[in-house]
Amino acid sequence: MNVKFSFAAGELTANLSGDIDHHTARDMRRRIDGEIERLHPSLLILDFSTVQFMDSSAIGLIMGRYRLMQLTGGYIRVSNIPKHLKRLIELSGIGALGVLEYKGKERGNNESA
Amino acid sequence: MKVLNEMKLSFMSRSVNEGFARGAVSAFLMQLDPTVAQLADVKTAVSEAVTNCIVHAYPNSAGIIYITAKIAEGREFIVSVRDKGCGIPDIKQAMEPLFTTGGEERAGLGFAVMQSFTDKVRVTSKPGKGTTVTMIKRLREDD
Repeated sequence: MNVKFSFAAGELTANLSGDIDHHTARDMRRRIDGEIERLHPSLLILDFSTVQFMDSSAIGLIMGRYRLMQLTGGYIRVSNIPKHLKRLIELSGIGALGVLEYKGKERGNNESA
Repeated sequence: MKVLNEMKLSFMSRSVNEGFARGAVSAFLMQLDPTVAQLADVKTAVSEAVTNCIVHAYPNSAGIIYITAKIAEGREFIVSVRDKGCGIPDIKQAMEPLFTTGGEERAGLGFAVMQSFTDKVRVTSKPGKGTTVTMIKRLREDD
């Protein structure tokens, strides 16, 4: 599947993989929101380290989860955006939300290409 | 502008075809030997244009999306994405960053991405008739 979850100490990590477009984002959103509802995490981490491609649907996915976590009093962190996808992230301005993080090595994830 | 090669594609406006459309266009682009960044730019821009057709042009029913891609002299890549959907009443407003009629899950960045990732974007639209988005990407050797 294109989302894998892990949950510990109130932190829900969603590892996204493959392509994020309007089609795949719908299913990702459904699954992430289902886990948020079930586990009520205080922190949601969206890990992009194995995302191959994304268009602006990924920005919508991040913003939507940001709003949802705000509603429940939680926080969101977006981690390990691969280098080749940073241009879109910069264009979107979501860096201003203060949710971006690049700590690939620390989290033990694969280095992005 | 002398066209050296051209391909045409038409497919139903099903969201599952978004990946197919950008994949097919990038396969055609491969003959220009693009850089990884150039290929990603075109893929992203095409994905945005096709998504617009699916989300906005044909909101309640499936229609046909037409793509024409041309390779022209001077390493110019020209992609047109056309639909026969509802049309855009106010193109200027539609192209404003963050403007969207697509609801909370849409970022309103589609046209901004197309403009930023290609060299030229032209939009023509007639309400009730459809919309054509034409993008030109110049594949400079030094990109």
